[in-house]
Amino acid sequence: MVTVSTTTRSAQELTAQARDVLGVSRLTNSALTSWLHGLPGVDQVGCEGRAAALGTRSIKTTSKAWAIDTAIGMIDLTTLEGADTVGKVRSLCAKALVPDALDPTTPRPAAICVYGDMVATAKAALGDSGIHVAAVATAFPSGRASMPVKLADTRDAVEAGADEIDMVIDRGAFLSGDYLTVFNQIAEVKQACGDTHLKVIMETGELVTYDNVRRASYLSMLAGGDFIKTSTGKVQPAATLPVTLIMLEAVRDWRELTGVQVGVKPAGGIKTTKDAIKYLVMVSEIAGDDWMTPQWFRFGASSLLNDLLLQRQKLATGAYSGADYVTID
Amino acid sequence: MPTFEYAPAPESRAIVTIEKSYGLFIDGAFTRPKATFATINPADETVLAEVSQAGPKDVDKAVAAARRAYEGVWGTMSGAERGKYLFRIARILQERAREFAVLETLDNGKPIKETRDVDVPTAAAHFFYHAGWADKLEYAGLSAGGAEAPRPHGVVGQVIPWNFPLLMLAWKIAPALATGNTVVLKPAETTPLSALLFAEVCQQADLPAGVVNIITGDGRTGQALVEHPDVDKVAFTGSTEVGKMIARSIAGTSKKATLELGGKAANIVFDDAPIDQAVEGIVSGIFFNQGQVCCAGSRLLVQENVHDQVIAKLKRRLGTLRVGDPMDKNSDLGAINSKAQLDRITALVEAGVAEGAERWSPECSLPAKGFWFPPTVLTGVSQTHRVATEEIFGPVLSVLTFRTPQEAVAKANNTAYGLSAGVWTEKGSRILWMADQLKAGVVWANTFNRFDPTSPFGGYKESGYGREGGRHGLEAYVTTAPATSSTQLTGATR
Amino acid sequence: MSRLDVRKTYKLYIGGKFPRSESGRSYEIVSAKGEFLANASMGSRKDVRDAVVAARSALSGWSGATPFNRGQVLYRVAEVLEGRRAQFIEEVAAGEGLSTRAAGAAVDAAIDRVVWYAGWTDKIAQVLGNVNPVAGPFFNVSAPEPTGVVGVLAPQGSSLLGLVSVIAPVIASGNTAVVVTSADRPLPAVTLGEVLATSDVPGGVVNIITARTAEVASWLAAHRDVNAIDLTGVAGADGVHWAALEAEAAGNLKRVYRPMVVDGRPVEPDWNADPGLGRIRAFVETKTVWHPKGL
Repeated sequence: MVTVSTTTRSAQELTAQARDVLGVSRLTNSALTSWLHGLPGVDQVGCEGRAAALGTRSIKTTSKAWAIDTAIGMIDLTTLEGADTVGKVRSLCAKALVPDALDPTTPRPAAICVYGDMVATAKAALGDSGIHVAAVATAFPSGRASMPVKLADTRDAVEAGADEIDMVIDRGAFLSGDYLTVFNQIAEVKQACGDTHLKVIMETGELVTYDNVRRASYLSMLAGGDFIKTSTGKVQPAATLPVTLIMLEAVRDWRELTGVQVGVKPAGGIKTTKDAIKYLVMVSEIAGDDWMTPQWFRFGASSLLNDLLLQRQKLATGAYSGADYVTID
Repeated sequence: MPTFEYAPAPESRAIVTIEKSYGLFIDGAFTRPKATFATINPADETVLAEVSQAGPKDVDKAVAAARRAYEGVWGTMSGAERGKYLFRIARILQERAREFAVLETLDNGKPIKETRDVDVPTAAAHFFYHAGWADKLEYAGLSAGGAEAPRPHGVVGQVIPWNFPLLMLAWKIAPALATGNTVVLKPAETTPLSALLFAEVCQQADLPAGVVNIITGDGRTGQALVEHPDVDKVAFTGSTEVGKMIARSIAGTSKKATLELGGKAANIVFDDAPIDQAVEGIVSGIFFNQGQVCCAGSRLLVQENVHDQVIAKLKRRLGTLRVGDPMDKNSDLGAINSKAQLDRITALVEAGVAEGAERWSPECSLPAKGFWFPPTVLTGVSQTHRVATEEIFGPVLSVLTFRTPQEAVAKANNTAYGLSAGVWTEKGSRILWMADQLKAGVVWANTFNRFDPTSPFGGYKESGYGREGGRHGLEAYVTTAPATSSTQLTGATR
Repeated sequence: MSRLDVRKTYKLYIGGKFPRSESGRSYEIVSAKGEFLANASMGSRKDVRDAVVAARSALSGWSGATPFNRGQVLYRVAEVLEGRRAQFIEEVAAGEGLSTRAAGAAVDAAIDRVVWYAGWTDKIAQVLGNVNPVAGPFFNVSAPEPTGVVGVLAPQGSSLLGLVSVIAPVIASGNTAVVVTSADRPLPAVTLGEVLATSDVPGGVVNIITARTAEVASWLAAHRDVNAIDLTGVAGADGVHWAALEAEAAGNLKRVYRPMVVDGRPVEPDWNADPGLGRIRAFVETKTVWHPKGL
C-alpha cells in the first residue's frame, strides 16, 4: 500500500509562497529569471562522470535482493499508447496485482500509469489493492493545448478517481524564457488536482542542458509539484542517470532550503535490473535514504518489471531464469 | 526508513599467483632470491612475498645487461620494430589487466576500483601511445635548427614511488623504450610486486634480454643505480628531498635527469563554480588514492562568501565515502601504504590541530589491522600552518579562504612547489586568466586529477623538472646534439 | 693638440639604473694587448642580490607583455645596437684583440642574432606547444611559459656576440635575467646595458653585473629566488667549478643549462653556428591546462 501525502494548494497560495522563497514583493518573469539563472551551473562532464562512477557500485547478494524488491515497489507500471484498450489496461492491472504467480511474496508496483480515459477502468480493476492509478494529463505528451483544455484534462482524470496526475510543462515557454507562464500553469494544475498527487514532467530530453534541467526542477518545485519527473517516454533521450542525478540534487537542496520534500521519477528507457539498481544507488548516495520509498521515488517503466522478476527468480532458485517464466501483460 | 546497505563485494584474489619469494629480473631472467625482505599487504599487514635487496654488484649486473642490450640489439633496432614490442606489451597488460589490478591493490592498499579503472588501463594506454612514437621520433619537432635526428641516451636508471607502482613504471619505461633506451628500474621498497609481474610481461612479449631490468630494494639500491657511472640518464619520481640529492649527485656529470617531485596543489573554488561538480573535484582531488598523490589538491582555497556552503556540501559528501577493505569493489578509500607514511600523516595532522586548525572526519569505522587514516578536513587553516605548506601525502584536506582572484593566485603560488592547481568557476575568461597566473605544470579547470598519455605532466620550481607524457615527454629521453665525440657534452639542460 | 676625450665610467646595470657596485670596488680592465681600458665596477654578492630583486619585480610585467610587444622591444634593441655599431666594434676589438674587420663581423652577427630572437617571441608557443588529444571530453593544451628569473654566466671570450646569444633567448620567452659578464672583457656588456636602457626594455628585465666570476657565481647558483642558471660562462673562468655550481643549484632545483664539455673541460661554443632552439627550450616551463567540453 503506497501512501503519499498531498497538501491542497491554491495557485494564489503557491504564488505567495514563491514570493517568499525568492524574497520579492511581486512574482514576475524577471524575478524568476534572476533566481533560476542564479542557481549554480552544472558541468556536463563532471556530472556525467559522477553518475558513471556511481554506476560502478557492485550490489550483490542480500543487497541485490533488497534492491530488486524495493525497485518493484517503486514502479509506475505504464501503458501510454494510442492503441490502449480496456482489455490492455485490465491486463496490465492484473499483472500489477500478481506480478509473479510463482512467488506470492513478490511485491506489487506502486501504481498503474495510463491516459485519463482509462482511469476508471484501472480503478475498477485494481479495487482496494492500494495500487495507485496515475493519469497523464495536460495534453500529454506535447502539452500543446490551451490552459482551459489542460485544466479540463486534469479535472477529468481527478474526477475519474486518479490518485496521481502526471502533467507536462510547456517546454516551449520554458525554452523561450517565459518562466512565469510555466510557473502559473503548474500552480493552476496543482490547484485543479486538489489533494491528488502532482508529478511534473519536464521532458528533459527537450530541455537538452543540465543547467535547464536544474532550473526546470526548481521551477517545478516552486510551483507546487509533489514530484519532478524526467520524461514522457515519447522523446529521446528519456530518463538518464545524470539527468536524474541533477534532479536528486535539486530535491535534496530544496528540502534544505524550504523544508519541503519532493519526489523524483525517472521515466522512459529504464529496462533492466542493472539500470534500476544504479538509480537506487544514486538515490541513496545523492539524495539519501529518506527518498528510498515509493512515496519519494518512482520508476516510470513497463518492461522493467519483468526483468526485475527474472533476477528475483535467479536469486531464489540459483539458476538463471528465462522469458517464458514471467508473464506478459 | 529503509537504508540501502551494500553487502560485501570482494574481488577474487584467485586470479593472482604470488610466489613465495622473488629474485631480480636481470638480462631477461630472474636471479635466485637472496637477502630478501618482506612486502606486506598494508590493509591487513599480512606478508605477501619476500623480495630481494639488490646490492651494488646486482646493480652493476643490471646496468651491464642494459648496456649490452642497448649496444647489441635495442639501440640499433628500427623504430618500427621497437614500436611493435611496445604494442605487444600494451596488449598483454590489457589481457592481464584484472590480475595486475588485484596484485596492485594487495601490495599497495589502494581500492580495487582505482587499480581496475585507473592504474592498469592507463598504464596500458601509456605503452600503446608510446609504441606509436617509436618510428616517428623525427616528427616530434625536437631536431630543428641544425640539430640532429633524436637519438637515445643509452641506459636509463629509473626509480619510482609506491603510490602508483605500475602506472609510474609505465610512465617511465614506455617513453624510454620507444626512444631506444634500455632500462634498469627500481620499484619502491613497499610495492615491488607489480613490477616483478611486469617482468613476466616482458618475457611473454619476447622483449630482448636486458632491455628491461627490474631490481628491487630500498633507498640504497636506488642510490647505487642513480649514481652508477654507466647510467646515462636518471628518471625519478618521489620526494623533493631525494630529488635534490639526485640533482646534486649528477652535478658536473653528463647524466641527464627527469625529476617528478612533491606538490602542494591549491584547488581554487570561486563563488560562481558549478558547486556540485566542484565538491566532486575536491573529493577526487584529495581522496583519490588516499591522497597519496604528488599532484593532490591538498589545499582547498575557497572564496570566503561560499565557504560555509561548500564545506557543508563537502561534509555531506564525505559522509557517503566508503573506507575499508581495498579488495571490496565498493571501497572508495583503502589503506595507507605503510606504517611510516601513516605515522607521518598522523604527526602532521596533530601539528595542524596544535596550530589551531579544526579537524573533522565523517563517521567511519576503520579496520583493526593494517594502516588506516580516515578522510580528514582541516578548516581554519592559515598559510603559515605546516599543513598548508608541507606535503602531507594522505587523505587530509587543508581549507583556506580568499576574497579576490588576485588573493587566490597569490596564496596558490605561495609555495616552493609548482606541480598542479585546480580552478573552479563558470566564467571562461577568469579560467584563462587564472591558468596564466598559476605557477603550476598542470592546471585543471573545472576538473581535477585527470591523466592521459598524450598530456605532459610535470612541475615548476621544486616540484622537479622535465615532463612525462605527450610529445613533450619524449624530449627527456633523446638527445639531438651532434655526435662528434663521445667525450663531448653539448650545452643543454640536464 | 688633439682634444682630450671624455671617458665613460663603466658601471653596473641593475633595475634599469646604472649604480656602482655597493662594495665600492672597481677593477682594472685591460685590452688584449694589456693596455688600460677602464676601471669597471667589481660587482659583489650584494649586487647579485639586488639584481635578483630587480629581476623578480620586473618578471610579471615582462612575462605578461604580449609576445608581439617583446618582439618589438627586441627589434628595437637591434636598432639601437646598430646605431652604436662603431662603439661596439672599438670595444670588441680592444677587448678580444680582433682586427676592426673581425670585430665588425662579430658586432654585425650580434645585431643579427638579436633580430633573429626578436622574430622568435611570438612563435615559441606555436613551435613548442600543442593541443593534446586526450581520451576524453576535455580540451587539453600544453604551452611554454617563462621559467622566471634566470641567472646567466655570460661567456668569458665572446664579449658581445656570445653575450647577446645567451641573453636574447632568455628574455625572448619572457624571463628576466641576472647576467654576470665576462670577467676580463666586460665593457661591451656595460655598453649593451646602455642600449637596453634606451630601447624600451623595462628596467630589471636584464641586469648586468661586471665581476670576478668566481666571486659571485656561487651566490647566483645558490640563490633561492633564481629559477634557472646558464653555466656557459664557466668555460675559461678562473677558479670556477661548474660541478659545484650545479650542485648548489640543486638547493631549489634550478633548471641548469650546462656548459659544452670537450675532453672533460668546459669550452665556449661556436657563436657563429645556428643557435637552434636549445636555449629557448631550456628556459621555459610547459604548462598543461585541462578543461571539460560540454553543453
